[in-house]
Amino acid sequence: MEDVKQMVKELAGKYGHSEKGLLPILQGIVDKERYISEEAMVEVARELDISAAQVFGTATFYSFLETKPTGKYVIRVCKTISCMMKGKNDIIRELESVLRIHMGETTHDGLFSLRETNCLGQCHKGPAMLVNDTPYAELTPEKVRQILCDIRKKEFPGN
Amino acid sequence: MASKKLKRLDLVFKDEQDTEAILKKTFSRPESDIINDLISSGLKGRGGAGFPTGLKWKLTADTKGDEKYVICNADEGEPGTFKDREILSKVPHKVLAGMAVCGRVIGSRKGFIYLRGEYKFLIPDLEREIERFHQLLEKLGCGFRVEIFTGSGAYICGEESALFESMEGKRGEPRNKPPFPVTHGYNGKPTVINNVETLAHTYSIFKYGPEKFRDLGVQDSRGSKVFSVSGDTPVPGIYELEFGMTLQKFVDDFGDGDTKAVQVGGASGFCVPRKKFEKTIIGYQGKLTGESLPTGGSMMIFNSSRSMYNVLHNYLDFFVEESCGQCTPCRVGTQQLLLGIEAVKKGEKPSSYLDKLLELAESMRITAKCGLGQSVANSFASIVENFKEEMIY
Ligand SMILES: Cc1cc2nc3c(=O)[nH]c(=O)nc-3n(C[C@H](O)[C@H](O)[C@H](O)COP(=O)(O)O)c2cc1C
Ligand code: SF4
Ligand code: FES
Repeated sequence: MEDVKQMVKELAGKYGHSEKGLLPILQGIVDKERYISEEAMVEVARELDISAAQVFGTATFYSFLETKPTGKYVIRVCKTISCMMKGKNDIIRELESVLRIHMGETTHDGLFSLRETNCLGQCHKGPAMLVNDTPYAELTPEKVRQILCDIRKKEFPGN
Repeated sequence: MASKKLKRLDLVFKDEQDTEAILKKTFSRPESDIINDLISSGLKGRGGAGFPTGLKWKLTADTKGDEKYVICNADEGEPGTFKDREILSKVPHKVLAGMAVCGRVIGSRKGFIYLRGEYKFLIPDLEREIERFHQLLEKLGCGFRVEIFTGSGAYICGEESALFESMEGKRGEPRNKPPFPVTHGYNGKPTVINNVETLAHTYSIFKYGPEKFRDLGVQDSRGSKVFSVSGDTPVPGIYELEFGMTLQKFVDDFGDGDTKAVQVGGASGFCVPRKKFEKTIIGYQGKLTGESLPTGGSMMIFNSSRSMYNVLHNYLDFFVEESCGQCTPCRVGTQQLLLGIEAVKKGEKPSSYLDKLLELAESMRITAKCGLGQSVANSFASIVENFKEEMIY
């Protein structure tokens, strides 16, 4: 509780105590906590002196503002037309089988969440995906395995 | 390898590092001269709507206001578009210079780049560039400052009034128009909002004068345009070409020899079948022979192996997800169109049902509140009418 209070205070200090700061503050919470809890929303409303309903309304509007717990790495695979034509379904199948989860789910170790998203602006190099903020393009199933492997190695250097 | 029949241009991406000289020269001119140059260059907005840029700056300059804003629209969410990302990575100084001159002309000290969340990885480089640019402005005695505002995954926030709402901490729901941004934009203040590419073009116009720009293209569609080419093409990528080419010429250069249709302008644009390539001209709607198509620059090529039903299904799925849900024609209409084509495909509805759906799409064009809902009919009608059999069987 105190942690959330402190975090929101710091973010509001950085982005301002008005509505104008709302989106950057919510983005900042996602960067730190991976999602915006109800508790955090109430705290933001209090700190900016706006209604909790407004915070909730804004937080739930944007697809990158997660409002449920998510993995440390959110994988967003582009499902729009150019990537579809270049085989995004193979990429999703590979991700699902390696991570052993379905689209929309989070791995048991809390490391990965899998999502579909719309055009990422990498259409000439499809299929494409984002892992948190980092884009990966011209994907193949092999490349996907390598990317996941590299992340796991980074997270569990011992194994 | 594509034959090089269409002339490749290099106005936008030429790496000209003479921002200081250009700004010095431009700042020393009367504001009205700068506006007149932009107007006579014929530059129109490259974000899709094609509003004359010089006129937009003039209207905002003429509006009185204690505070005004310059906003660069880098939300680039239209499927098949990726040129603004490239411009911001390769020649950000041109975009920044365009913003600063706009600030001078309209009387604004504050600019924002609204960057889509998907492009967050560009921020470190962009911030370094902005920092360098601020130092240059300081040296020139100009108080204009630019800040990045990041979006969070919502296509609708590319619509200018939804973008302002988003910056004000609200849901990205478009406003009623009028009033327009030139009088009531961000914070309710007079605002110029321009696409990334539009701003980059102003740099060339300041540097070379309006004639060089005007000499390119055709009547009503002047200058060069950066196209994002994807789909069934051996050479996907970003190309700067002259306005006014026929789609046939484009396909000769970029197709794979088996092109059956090109989607011009993304999901909210038009699908053109092979038989219309010859008489379709790429440019803004104007007095051209044949049909001319405006475009934010998205060119998606489909060869004969593609099911146009799947293409339309993908677009409708996109619209259902990205509709802000604020007005009924669009919120319900997009869903009904999607369910409707699925029902026809499965044989649950007769093929005549497509005519009902076409009527629905047309009524959305008239009744939807913003460009998203209004333009669903573009791809819907052009795909359904030209590829009816594929919708049914
Ligand atoms: C649904 C929708 C999405 C839009 N997305 C963008 C966008 O991503 N980038 C952009 O520059 N303009 C976009 N526009 C157009 C803007 O509303 C606005 O016309 C444009 O930014 C003005 O700049 P320009 O005159 O330089 O083109 C969009 C419009 C609509 C209706
Ligand atoms: S047309 Fe669609 S996107 Fe536009 S305001 Fe209506 S519901 Fe929102
Ligand atoms: S269609 Fe996938 S990045 Fe554009």
